[in-house]
Amino acid sequence: MTRIKEKFAELEAKKQKALISYIMAGFPNEKATISTVRGLVKGGADIIELGFPFSDPLADGPVIQNAGTISLEKGTKIAKFFSIVKKIRKETKVPLILMTYTNILYHKGYAKFISEAKKAGIDGFILPDMSIEESKEYLQAAKNKADTIFLISPNTSNTRIQKITKASSGFLYLVAVFGTTGVKTGIKKYTLDAIKQVKKQTKGKIPIGVGFGVSTPEDVKKYIKAGADAVIVGSAYLKLIEKTPQNKLELKITSFTKSLKKQTIL
Amino acid sequence: MKYPKNGRFGEFGGKYIPETLVPAIEELEENYLKFKNDKKFKKELDCYLKAYAGRPTPLYYAKNLSEKIGGAKIYLKREDLLHGGAHKINNTLGQALLAKKMNKKRIIAETGAGQHGVATAMACAALGMKAEVYMGYRDTIRQKQNVFRMNMLGCEVHPVKSGSKTLKDAINEAIRDWITNVENTYYLLGSAVGPHPYPVMVRDFQSVIGNEIKSQMKKINNKTPDTVIACVGGGSNAIGTFYPLVDSNSEIIGVEAAGHGLKSKMHSATLSAGSKGVLHGMMTYLLQDNEGQVTETHSISAGLDYPGVGPEHSYYKDTKRIKYHAATDAEVIDAFLLLTRTEGIIPALESSHAIAEAVKVARKSKKSENIVVTLSGRGDKDIEEIQNYLNKHDKN
Repeated sequence: MTRIKEKFAELEAKKQKALISYIMAGFPNEKATISTVRGLVKGGADIIELGFPFSDPLADGPVIQNAGTISLEKGTKIAKFFSIVKKIRKETKVPLILMTYTNILYHKGYAKFISEAKKAGIDGFILPDMSIEESKEYLQAAKNKADTIFLISPNTSNTRIQKITKASSGFLYLVAVFGTTGVKTGIKKYTLDAIKQVKKQTKGKIPIGVGFGVSTPEDVKKYIKAGADAVIVGSAYLKLIEKTPQNKLELKITSFTKSLKKQTIL
Repeated sequence: MKYPKNGRFGEFGGKYIPETLVPAIEELEENYLKFKNDKKFKKELDCYLKAYAGRPTPLYYAKNLSEKIGGAKIYLKREDLLHGGAHKINNTLGQALLAKKMNKKRIIAETGAGQHGVATAMACAALGMKAEVYMGYRDTIRQKQNVFRMNMLGCEVHPVKSGSKTLKDAINEAIRDWITNVENTYYLLGSAVGPHPYPVMVRDFQSVIGNEIKSQMKKINNKTPDTVIACVGGGSNAIGTFYPLVDSNSEIIGVEAAGHGLKSKMHSATLSAGSKGVLHGMMTYLLQDNEGQVTETHSISAGLDYPGVGPEHSYYKDTKRIKYHAATDAEVIDAFLLLTRTEGIIPALESSHAIAEAVKVARKSKKSENIVVTLSGRGDKDIEEIQNYLNKHDKN
């Protein structure tokens, strides 16, 4: 069982839902990433997603794009990223998911990249531009090594939901809105309908995480109430990191995380 | 490869797309397959291509140029004479008409040099649709004339300030818009790139170029050309020229932008110097660093300034059916001036890459041989750029 699956089992026993926190590794620098992760763990984040920057992040809105650009400018390379992951692993057992784009894995070779990531302490992958049709080699490489978390959109057909569920492990990532990451549009009825629909299709076989535009404790509360097993908060964290001086970062992240986590305890 | 199964040309192509776009791509493929053989659709498109765009375009024997070089006969496929000044209109009329049949109310597009943006604006104006175009901020500066043209045609231009602020970033931004407005928006992609079915659809709409060349050459000497040459950025005029001829004996050469030279890193020669990767929904050759980050490109011609290339070109490179060469900025300027002065034809800087290669090939070929070069666009848009280059290099 992977750390991600263990975490969901543990939360279920405690009657809690999962808070998944996303940050961009190396934004604005390595030290800030380490402090932020400490804050996330202290604040009660159940799973942490670490973004690895890509030059052409076509599923991301301006906040994550900007964080990625800065991280790349600061010299975030794959080796450096893995060394950050190893440092985090020395301090915590929190499940870590790597979120990046297909080309980063393809370029190194799926098997090689996933093995190295696993060795550093990564438990799963999210690749927003990896469609299930193109995923054969990726899935083979990740088998028994890491969870492959695929995305589902409110417009995904039932047949595709079934196929995607089969290819996914860890959890299913339901994109809350038509749009890129971090765009705040309020909670839409179609999202709430989609949560119900996906739950019906998956019959509890795999947890459902809701992300994109989820930024406040109120958002978390509403999505959990609508049936989400997990919520993913990303851009809101990056905005907080951007405006917080480094010496206060851990503290600020802790208290924001606590405010979100509170809403996942039933 | 007639219609690629699963959208793959060998290992290239495919659809690496965010899940939100899947229903839109499926709807597009379904409608494209339905309309591409629909008699009424074809007739309507043909009417627009003839009476609106100006097809067929002439195949012009460049006698002065050929004699000056003293080798093979050079023929120019005059796509520069099309409405809008470039081959782009072949594709935009096809796709805009398809979008109309699909009842899409809003059209978005990306543009590099602005030619595709202008051609989109024209096709949409003609068909009574609303278009918005994403253009890299850097390109809006170096091709500001085309920004005005689009505005006049009733089209909104969004300057893109992310990344390298050129064509690739304009595509990223157009895709982000499409993800956000997927339910009512048609993405009118301008080159033979992107997720399936775009590469094959754009190829099919541009194949009118190669098909005309075939029948025009047949009338001239009852055979196919010995050599055909076209420039390659994303590669839409090239694939449209080449595809109808891949099963013939013609030698086929695509010409990329070598910029300051292939060793300089200041170029856009994806097939000549790139490696395999995934960008903009497709697996293809890319210019990227050793970690898979896509690198910035350079070309004197904004239309070739792109770090990827159409997946079908990647396939023909690997199967060795087509040769891909590259021309430097300096060679391109020389070719531009040569054609302008010998024939009184002002070629686009993009097309001048193909002219530069044609000069090299003609020089080594017998007088009895025929070379066809696709002159993909006219150079009026480039006059300022060329003036700057000549002033800088003291070539006036």
